[in-house]
Amino acid sequence: MSGFTVIQSGTAPGLPTPASPKNVPHRGGAANPSAEALKAQFGDAIRRVEVVWGETNVTIDLARALDIVRWLHDDPSQHYEYLSDVTAVEFRDRGMPIEVIWHLRSIKYRRFLRLKAPLAKGQPLKVSSVWSVYKGADWLERECYDMFGIVFEGHPDLRRILLWEQYAEGFPLRKDFPLRGRFSRAEQLRQALSANPEARYSMEELSIADAFQELPLDMRARIRGGESTGE
Amino acid sequence: MGLIDAPTPTVVSVDPVNSEGWITTRLDFLVNWGRANSLWPMPFGTACCAIEFMATAASKFDLARFGMERMGYSPRQADVLICAGRVPFKLAPVLRRIWQQMPQPKWAISMGACASTGGMFDNYAVVQGIDTIIPIDVYVPGCPPRPEALIHAIMMLQKKVMKDRMSDSAARVEMDPDPASQLYIPPSRIDQLSEQFGNSIPQMRSGQ
Repeated sequence: MSGFTVIQSGTAPGLPTPASPKNVPHRGGAANPSAEALKAQFGDAIRRVEVVWGETNVTIDLARALDIVRWLHDDPSQHYEYLSDVTAVEFRDRGMPIEVIWHLRSIKYRRFLRLKAPLAKGQPLKVSSVWSVYKGADWLERECYDMFGIVFEGHPDLRRILLWEQYAEGFPLRKDFPLRGRFSRAEQLRQALSANPEARYSMEELSIADAFQELPLDMRARIRGGESTGE
Repeated sequence: MGLIDAPTPTVVSVDPVNSEGWITTRLDFLVNWGRANSLWPMPFGTACCAIEFMATAASKFDLARFGMERMGYSPRQADVLICAGRVPFKLAPVLRRIWQQMPQPKWAISMGACASTGGMFDNYAVVQGIDTIIPIDVYVPGCPPRPEALIHAIMMLQKKVMKDRMSDSAARVEMDPDPASQLYIPPSRIDQLSEQFGNSIPQMRSGQ
């Protein structure tokens, strides 16, 4: 990366003075200009645009999700430099598909855009990771995987983040997940207590590569010896 | 173990006129008096109860009046574990490890509804009662408890410490969990203790 460009909020030319929105209708109103630009750029991959409480929701084709996010990030007329959330929704109506949702924000143009991609029924829950565009998607996608079991293809390190890695009861935010979990309370407690709280950090994680020479001798010896559980 | 009243021992006898510099007392009493008035708490704050705990420790309620001005953030130099807040399953082995690192004699206070019973969090992630992980001496009800309630619990604990007897070592025996399951109490008892009640029954939307 060659240096940072300082972007100040709303510094793009031709923008009106920012003001708090008033009397925002529930449905309708002016859509984010990016929605029209998306339609012009991607055509059929943009399935629907709706404005809810002044925020623009764009329903997109799942297969083109990564292309669309990358274009929104890279194109100078869009400049969505901040990915504020990656999440998913499963509806109580089991007939409706699970939707993956990206919240994008353009600080330069003061825009907010919500992208939704429905996952096809009966298909594996898979979607392209946007980690290659936004490094901040790392933990967001891990959380989404942890809670919904959606696999983000291309993610460098997709494992559970909130629950522990040996968690075997499933994905808690799915509608078929019982609120209290699948196992009995005693079994849940037994599994939780049998976990070694230090095992989730590998010796490599505990020793920062650059600081290796500053570690105590015994720790260096243990790492060299291939020990994998830290103290 | 309990807080039943025992007959008050002849506490201290001082005769300043005839025997200057001499105090006679029971060693039990002297040791317990020292312990009860210099309990070092190990705060284990996980949620909003910890805010009330901070208020208790701060100047308005002033926990230092009870000899607790020194918070032990190392379990190896603490006497009382105060668990303030809900305990998720992921934290259960951590809390167990901290408790095992504390030296005897040690006591534990469970502060608030969530730590004591799971409270409103009757879900997949939260332990339904901290006493399934570590033995607890005093439970503080409340959501969160007011500082007065915590102070009351601490005074109850001080009473309990005063009842300790050197001849009775049972209170100072480290409880070892079952090596196979790592549980203190039988699994059937845990299931019984954490049965659904109140609002948690109609929350089973999935019908399972």
